[in-house]
Amino acid sequence: MTSPGSYNPQPPRPPWGIRPPPRKTESTRLPILTAPIPDQVVIPIQQCLDMTANAIVHPGQRVLTGEPIAQAVAQAESWAGPTVHASISGEIIAIEERPVPGPSPIAETCVVIHGDGRDERYPGYQDLGDPLQLEPERICELVAEGGIVGLGGALFSTAAKLRADKRIHALILNGAECEPYITCDEMLELENAETVLRGTRIMLRALGAPVAIIAVESEMPEDRVALNDAIEAAGDDDIHVAVVTAKYPAGGERQLIQMIMGQEVPEGGYPSDIGYVCHNVATAAAVADLFDRGRPLISRIVTLAGGGIETTRNVDARIGTRMGDLIESTVGYRIETTQLVMGGPMMGFLLPDDNLPVTKATNCLIVAEPGELSPPRPEMPCIRCSECSEVCPAQLLPQELLTAAKRKDMAALDELGLNACIECGCCDYVCPSHIPMTARFIAAKSNFREHHLAMETATRAQTRFENRQARLEQEARARDRELRDQVDELAESKPRIIDDLMARVKSRQDDT
Amino acid sequence: MSFVTGTAPHWRAQETVASMMRQVIYAMVPAITVYAMFFGIGIVINCLIACIVAVITEAGALLIRRRPVELFLRDYSAVVTAILLAFCLPALTPWWVTATGSFFAIAVAKHLYGGLGFNVFNPAMAGYVALLVSFPEALSQWTAPNIGDLDYQAPTAFMTLQFVLTGALPDGMMIDAITRATPLNAVKTGVGMMRTVDEIRSNPLFGDFAGRGWEWINSFVALGGFWLLYKGVIRWHIPVSLIGAMVAVSSLTYILDSSIHPGPAFQLLSGGTLLCAFFIATDPVSGATTTTGRIIYGAGIGILAFIIRTWGAYPDGIAFSVLLMNMAAPLIDRYTRPRPYGRAPKARH
Amino acid sequence: MTAAVLLLGLLTAIIATALSFASYRFAPDRTSAVERVNRLLPQTQCSQCGYPGCRPYAEAIVSGEAAINRCAPGGEAAILAIGQLLDQQPLPPDPAFGESKPAQVAAIAENICIGCAACLQACPVDAILGAPHHMHTIIASECTGCELCVASCPVDCISMEPK
Repeated sequence: MTSPGSYNPQPPRPPWGIRPPPRKTESTRLPILTAPIPDQVVIPIQQCLDMTANAIVHPGQRVLTGEPIAQAVAQAESWAGPTVHASISGEIIAIEERPVPGPSPIAETCVVIHGDGRDERYPGYQDLGDPLQLEPERICELVAEGGIVGLGGALFSTAAKLRADKRIHALILNGAECEPYITCDEMLELENAETVLRGTRIMLRALGAPVAIIAVESEMPEDRVALNDAIEAAGDDDIHVAVVTAKYPAGGERQLIQMIMGQEVPEGGYPSDIGYVCHNVATAAAVADLFDRGRPLISRIVTLAGGGIETTRNVDARIGTRMGDLIESTVGYRIETTQLVMGGPMMGFLLPDDNLPVTKATNCLIVAEPGELSPPRPEMPCIRCSECSEVCPAQLLPQELLTAAKRKDMAALDELGLNACIECGCCDYVCPSHIPMTARFIAAKSNFREHHLAMETATRAQTRFENRQARLEQEARARDRELRDQVDELAESKPRIIDDLMARVKSRQDDT
Repeated sequence: MSFVTGTAPHWRAQETVASMMRQVIYAMVPAITVYAMFFGIGIVINCLIACIVAVITEAGALLIRRRPVELFLRDYSAVVTAILLAFCLPALTPWWVTATGSFFAIAVAKHLYGGLGFNVFNPAMAGYVALLVSFPEALSQWTAPNIGDLDYQAPTAFMTLQFVLTGALPDGMMIDAITRATPLNAVKTGVGMMRTVDEIRSNPLFGDFAGRGWEWINSFVALGGFWLLYKGVIRWHIPVSLIGAMVAVSSLTYILDSSIHPGPAFQLLSGGTLLCAFFIATDPVSGATTTTGRIIYGAGIGILAFIIRTWGAYPDGIAFSVLLMNMAAPLIDRYTRPRPYGRAPKARH
Repeated sequence: MTAAVLLLGLLTAIIATALSFASYRFAPDRTSAVERVNRLLPQTQCSQCGYPGCRPYAEAIVSGEAAINRCAPGGEAAILAIGQLLDQQPLPPDPAFGESKPAQVAAIAENICIGCAACLQACPVDAILGAPHHMHTIIASECTGCELCVASCPVDCISMEPK
């Protein structure tokens, strides 16, 4: 049971992790700019992790800003997945496969809307009622209808994480953006602390949790001040602020829980297993916007950074805006760039071009100038210097994992804890031999999952086979028994039958 | 615009294997300079011979194994092995002995096991031990420090060069005139002859703490080691555990019987203890890799070295103890794995 | 004399304690060799190896009766794993006992099926649902792709499809 006294409001600097140059001050000098409404948006219908989605509109249809255009299908249970909404008003000109941003080039079904320039609002979410009076289940339903997913990049259905099927001791709000360049959460905390708090309160009600802890980074003291001021002004005594050291990747969900609450999420489990739920501060703000302003998730804050643009700042962009247009209409390209990263320099992915749409997962776009990102270097053999294991936030041995992954030794990978790897990239960062370990571990994880699936199938088949053998044996035994019983019966009644027969023969003989 | 793609992360630190090795070479320079000041330029000649042979052997081995020659030659690892080996050899080592040792270290101890990153044993120590066992007499031709008040003729630079390359000495001079025992050697033979440590130390070969000259050299080795620690090329676990273990056992025996045990200061500042602590045992490839494992590994070397020095047949047991702990390193690693995040601590069954 | 006896007694006591502790702390894994080999087989139960199921084949391997390269569904991975376990030289897969195929499941063409229940008897893992004179269907998630049902069908209505 967590009471405010039993969390650590200022955890000490962790022994793991790295301190890359933060590059954050450049993008926090200017306030968040609302990007101009784009002429056209391309909205992927699949914007929630692990849920397939169906479009609920058709080409030629006119839609308003915030109107539902796609629905995710929940895999189990009867509750619906998050909706996807139109981010501008206009006409749907196509529903077709378009390239979408991802670690590798991929095309998915998207709804393409040609804007009419009016940005007319869909009124369907205006009067949802005071969320603090609603039933928790209803809050979750509305959050899903509002299309809200984890805006930290995971895109996990927020409603699913708010459904408290376990006792929750604390809600942790992740505002500790530890990756360099990215400042969208920090600017949000600075400018809209009240919205974040309001969202927190709504989430607390949905979860039925007693306390919320907002985690911020030590390098941005203004955020802490803004949040504390807002908390004081509102008189919230169940919301607190914790400050974590600005060490990458302290903002990882599992690492935050370890640092602030002093407990580890068990292997193969979720934070809710130990009574904690973690949400991003932007997600909380989106929840507040839904109930207070009737606005479903149609835009998000994107940090535009890197040496390849004129000014670095945060912009509020509509989902589906073409990235090139977003950059050109807000900050402008400075050079002919050859590298565009979606996300941060540690976990983000390089995009093939800037024709891709902004999605709910786009937290940052780094337009890199030559030399800003590390060039590819030749890979040397591992010299076992163990720098990687010194920095690993999951306390793993990357050098051993590497050998096991190369050998495809599943048992060793399991023993070494491959599934605890959060793919943060710290090991790659410090490796003097420039071994691309993170990429190898991601590949190894998928081999591992396949192997496990195969093992499970094999075990099931073996059980069914053995059950079948048992059944056949039982049937055979039953048949044997029946046969024996028949033979016994026959043997018993044999003398009697023979006597009867003899008597009849005799009587016939007597008759003649 | 069309862009370049690749895998995350997109930032990497500047350290390379080559930059780490270069730092090690820089850290050795003060020690080599002081060594040359005390014992003549033999060390420099040995370093040169060893480096040249090492680089040629490495290039040859890479060619035979069809590996990228330039990539691996540029990582300076052969040079580091050569310098460390040369540092362990006496100034008057014949050139062919140095060359054989260097060849053995690179070709056998390194490349036959798979090259950089795959060698089980520390190549420099393997080379040194091969020489010690094969050419014991050549490896006992130590000169004495150039102090001047000894009944001893320090060889000049020319004499050294001539002897190393040709094995010839100026007319009439015997090898015994220009060689002396090392302090460790003196202690071992002296104790064997039932003399006390104090008596042995009255020999002008000894300085305040340990051998004359050797105290200075080892102090500069330590300085180089601190430089490496500062630069982050090595971590503190192995040096601290090695030195700590050595100090602990030698202090214990010193307290028990100071007449036959020279004490911690002597053990630290003589022979290769500090060189091993900062440069040899910290070789990442052949040592343990886990944090706890490294502490055990370092302590093991310290204790074994003390045992071999005190009760073994060789005056300096560092090389053997390193090789023995190299053998134990995989097992130590296996049993000192840290607990991954989220895994319950192992329950006793 | 007493000293010697006491010393030996003490030594025995120490060694006995050490051994009992070792047998408790380092207790060996009692899983039988057959079970271990069986765990490395894919449990398809297809009998392509010539044995009526995977466990009989495992038993044959351990007894030395059969070579380790007969399992077609297991492929090279199984051969390598079993070879490593039993310290035997891995052999290339034996083509006489079937060939390695990508994962597949059976499918019944419902318009041809006559409900004769022959395939129900043939399936080694009971992955076919049905009854005599009723439609039969394959439970796709449980089908191991062993193909034993294909031959048993008198009207050839079963085909194999990639998983």
